[in-house]
Amino acid sequence: MSGAVTAEGIGQPVRRKEDFRFITGNGHYTDDIARARQTWAYFLRSPHAHARIKSIDTSVAEAAPGVVAIFTGRHVADDGLGGLICGWTVTSKDGAPMKVGPHPILALDTVRYVGDHVAMVVAETLADARAAAELIDVDYEALPAAVALSTCQDEETAQVHVEAPRNTCFEWELGNKAETEAAFAKADRVVKLDLTNNRLIPNAMEPRAAIGEYDKGSGIYTLHTTSQNPHVARLVLSAFVGVAPEHKLRVVAPDVGGGFGSKIFIYAEETACVWAAAKVGRPIKWTGDRSEAFLSDAHGRDHLSHAELALDKDGKFLGLRVKTVANLGAYLSTFSASVPTYLYGTLLSGQYDLPAIYVEVDGVYTHTAPVDAYRGAGRPEATYLVERIVETAARETGIDPAELRRRNYIRTFPHQTPVIMNYDAGDYEASLEAAMEAIDYKSFAARKSEAASRGKLRGIGMSSYIEACGLAPSAAVGSLGAGVGLWESAEVRVNPTGNIEVLTGSHSHGQGHETTFAQLVASRLGVPLDNVEIVHGDTDKVQFGMGTYGSRSGAVGMSAIVRALDKIEAKAKKIAAHLMEAAVEDIVFENGTFTVQGTDKSLAWAELSLAAYTAHGFPSADIEPGLKEGAFYDPTNFTFPAGCHICEVEIDPDTGITRIVKFVAVDDFGTVINPMIVEGQVHGGIAQGIGQALLEHGVYDPDSGQLVTGSYMDYCMPRADDLPNFTLGFTKTVCPSNPLGMKGCGEAGAIASPPAIINAVTDALGIRDIEMPATPARVWEALQSAAPRAAAE
Amino acid sequence: MSVVAMTVNGKPASADVEPRTLLVQFIREQLGLTGTHVGCDTSQCGACVVHVDGRAVKSCTMLAAQAEGAEVLTIEGLAANGDLHPVQKAFREHHGLQCGFCTPGMIMTAVDLIRRKPELDEETVRDELEGNICRCTGYHNIVKAILAASQEMR
Repeated sequence: MSGAVTAEGIGQPVRRKEDFRFITGNGHYTDDIARARQTWAYFLRSPHAHARIKSIDTSVAEAAPGVVAIFTGRHVADDGLGGLICGWTVTSKDGAPMKVGPHPILALDTVRYVGDHVAMVVAETLADARAAAELIDVDYEALPAAVALSTCQDEETAQVHVEAPRNTCFEWELGNKAETEAAFAKADRVVKLDLTNNRLIPNAMEPRAAIGEYDKGSGIYTLHTTSQNPHVARLVLSAFVGVAPEHKLRVVAPDVGGGFGSKIFIYAEETACVWAAAKVGRPIKWTGDRSEAFLSDAHGRDHLSHAELALDKDGKFLGLRVKTVANLGAYLSTFSASVPTYLYGTLLSGQYDLPAIYVEVDGVYTHTAPVDAYRGAGRPEATYLVERIVETAARETGIDPAELRRRNYIRTFPHQTPVIMNYDAGDYEASLEAAMEAIDYKSFAARKSEAASRGKLRGIGMSSYIEACGLAPSAAVGSLGAGVGLWESAEVRVNPTGNIEVLTGSHSHGQGHETTFAQLVASRLGVPLDNVEIVHGDTDKVQFGMGTYGSRSGAVGMSAIVRALDKIEAKAKKIAAHLMEAAVEDIVFENGTFTVQGTDKSLAWAELSLAAYTAHGFPSADIEPGLKEGAFYDPTNFTFPAGCHICEVEIDPDTGITRIVKFVAVDDFGTVINPMIVEGQVHGGIAQGIGQALLEHGVYDPDSGQLVTGSYMDYCMPRADDLPNFTLGFTKTVCPSNPLGMKGCGEAGAIASPPAIINAVTDALGIRDIEMPATPARVWEALQSAAPRAAAE
Repeated sequence: MSVVAMTVNGKPASADVEPRTLLVQFIREQLGLTGTHVGCDTSQCGACVVHVDGRAVKSCTMLAAQAEGAEVLTIEGLAANGDLHPVQKAFREHHGLQCGFCTPGMIMTAVDLIRRKPELDEETVRDELEGNICRCTGYHNIVKAILAASQEMR
C-alpha cells in the first residue's frame, strides 16, 4: 500500500458519505420513483395452502374501473416464459439430482402456499387494482396440505410436487461416514440432542418493490427492483425466464432498504412487472405491503435435527453425527438448495478438532413460503447445533464449558476439516479469553447469587463460532453444484480532472460501501475521500457483478478493487515515467504524487490524470491514452471469521421474561477497513440473533397452512427496549487468501449469538434444553415443569 | 374526491384526493415528498412518523383530511436554512443508520422525544423507541445518537 495512514484511510471510523441523502429524506428507494404514465400492479394471491385451480374468470374484474389488463398463469405460459429457477444443484446420496417441480411466475393449475401468485391486475391506481382483484373469480378445489416439518415425509401426507415423492427434494450427505461410525464405536460417552432451528421471516424494513418498463422504439426493457444483485436478476430473467435477451434488459437496484438475503432472489412480482410492461405499453409499478412480505418473501432457517457427539473420557471430541430435515417451502427459491447443504454441513466442525463428522440432510417441500438464505444462511443452523451440543456435553461431563472448548480447539493451521472446509488462520482461545475477560466471567457466581437474593435467575452462556463466507471460489462452488461463479468485478475510472469513479459489482443496501470502498481507493491513490465516487446497482453502468450477500463485499468486492488499483498504478507509473523522462523502475508513487527516485522531479495526481487524457506526445505504441482499469477477482478460498460471544441473562420467574444484562462479542474479522461500520454490522447481526433466540417465529397452522404470524401484530420484531447495548471486542488473524487480509463481518452476529443466548437461558433455568424462541410463555412453562409453584408464593 | 389543504414544511399544500387517502399517501404521492416511508400495515414500524402541529404522529394511521389546516413537518423540512438539525448530525456522527429506510421516522420520533423529555437516559430512550422498528442497526448507535443530540441541545 502506498497510501499513508490518514484520517480517511484504512482502519479509520470515517463517517459515511451516503448518510446525507438518508438523513434528509432524499433517498431513492424503488417506491420513491415515479414514471410518467405508470400503472399499478396488485397480485391476487392464493388463500389456500394447497389447491387445484379449476378455473379463473377475470371477465368482471377486467371491466372494473381503472383496469388496464389482467394476467394469469395462462398468459405467461402462452408467451413461452420459463419459471423461476434454483441456481444450485444438489445431488442426493444415491447420485440422483435433486427433485424439482415447476415454479411458474403465476400459478397454472395448482397453488402451493398461502400467498402463492394467481393473477396480476394492472390498473391506473393501486386502489383500482386492489378492488378489481376482489372481482376475479377463482374456482379452487382446496386440498390437504403438507405443513409440519415433522410429518411432511410421511406416506399419507399431501404431495407438494409429483416430481418429489414423500416431499423429499434431496437426501444429501457429507463427511467421513466410516470414520464417524468407528469414532462412535469407541467413544467413552455419547451426548445426544434434538434441536429445532426456528423458521424466521427476514423483514427488511423496505418491502419489496419493482417498476417494469419497456421502450417500444429500442426494444429495451428496464426493471427497477429491490435487489441485492441486479446482474444476477438480469441473467436469470434473460437466460432462464426469457423475458428479454440480456443486452436488451437493464436492471437497476437503486437505494434498497435492507436485504439480509431476502432480496437476493428473483421473485414472481418483478418478473411479471417487467414482462407485462411490454404487453401493456406503459410502466408497471408494484410495491408490496408488509402482509405480502410476510407471505411471500423467502423465509429463513427451519430445520429439525438430531445430533450426537462422541467424546473420550477426557472430554476430547471424537466424532459428530447429524441428521437434519430442512424445510425448502413449496418451491425452490434461487439459492435454496445450497443453504442447508454446502453452507451448513461444511461448518459442523465448528472451532474444534473433530476428526470424524457425518451429516445427512433431507431437503423437503411443504406447502409454505419458499425458504432460502437469511443472514448467515446455513451457518447459524450449524453453529447453533454445535455450540448447543458442546454446552450439553460440558454439563453432562461436569467439565467447565470454557475448559471443554479449550481442550478441543484447533490450534494449528491450515486445518482440513472432514467437511470440505480448510481453515486458513485463527486463534480461537484468544477470543475466548478476551470475551471471558470482558464479561467478567469469573465473577458470575457472585452476580448469580445476588440476583437470586432478589428472586431472579441468572445464567451465562457462550458460543465459540466460526463461519465460512467471502463467497466464494468459483471452481469450488461450481464443483459443489453452483450454476454461477462467485468472483467479483471492479472498474476504476480516473477522470481527466483527477477524480475517480469506481464501478463495483457489489451492492450496498446498508453496508456503507460508498464510504469503505472509497476509503480503500483514497488511501491507495492519495486522493481526498470526496474525490472518489462508488457506483453500484445499475447493469447499464457496471458490466457484471455477483452482488452483495454472504459477507463477500469486503473480501471479494474490495479485492477486485485492489487488483484494478494495481493496474491503475502500473499504467500511471508508465505515463509518469514518460512525462518525466525517467525509467519506470525509478518512479515512486506516494501520497498521490509521482517522483523520480534521486531527483526533485515530481508530478501531482491531477497533472498525471489530465496528461493521460490529453495524450500529447504519448508514445502510442507503448501507452494507450486514458486511465481506466478493470479486474475480476476470484477468491482462492472461503474466509473464516471466528470468535466468541458470551451472553448473561436474568430471568424473572414470575413473568418468564428474559432480560439480557450483558452481551459480549469478540470477533476476528482479519483486516478491518472501517471499525465503526464493522461494529454496526455486528450490532445488527446480534439483534437478529436475539430475535431468533427469544422473540421471532414464523408459524403456520399445521392443518390449514395459514400463516399465523402474518404481521407485526404476531411476529415479534426486536425493538429497542428488547435489546441491551453490546460490548464488542476484536482480535485479529490476517486472512491469508486475499490482498487486504479481510474475512468479512456482515453475518457473524446472527451466526454466533443464538446459542450463546440459549446456553445462558438453560443455564439460568437449570434445564437441559428449551426451544427457540425462548418466549416468556415457554420459559414460564419450563419453570413449571421443572418445579411447579405453589398457587400463592 | 375533495380538496385537502394544510401547511407542509412551512409551505401551503393542497390536493384533490379521495377521502380515504392516508396522510402518508398525501405526503408521498401528492406532494412528492418521498422521505417519509411506509414499512408496515399495522401502525407499528414508525417509518412514517412526521410531526403534525408539533407532535410526532404515524402518518399511516391518519387520514390526510384529519390534517386539514394543520402544520405538518416531514424529514425534508427538518434542516432549517440548509443546516442539518442536531439530531440529523448525531445520526451521522454515531452511525445510527445503515440502509436508511427507518431513518426519517426514527429521526422525527427522536426530535419529538427530545422536545418532550430534554433529560434522557438510555432506558427511557429505548422505551420511547418502542414504536420505531429498525432491522439493521440493533438500535445501539441509534440510542447513542439520540442521547448525544439531546445533550447537545440542552
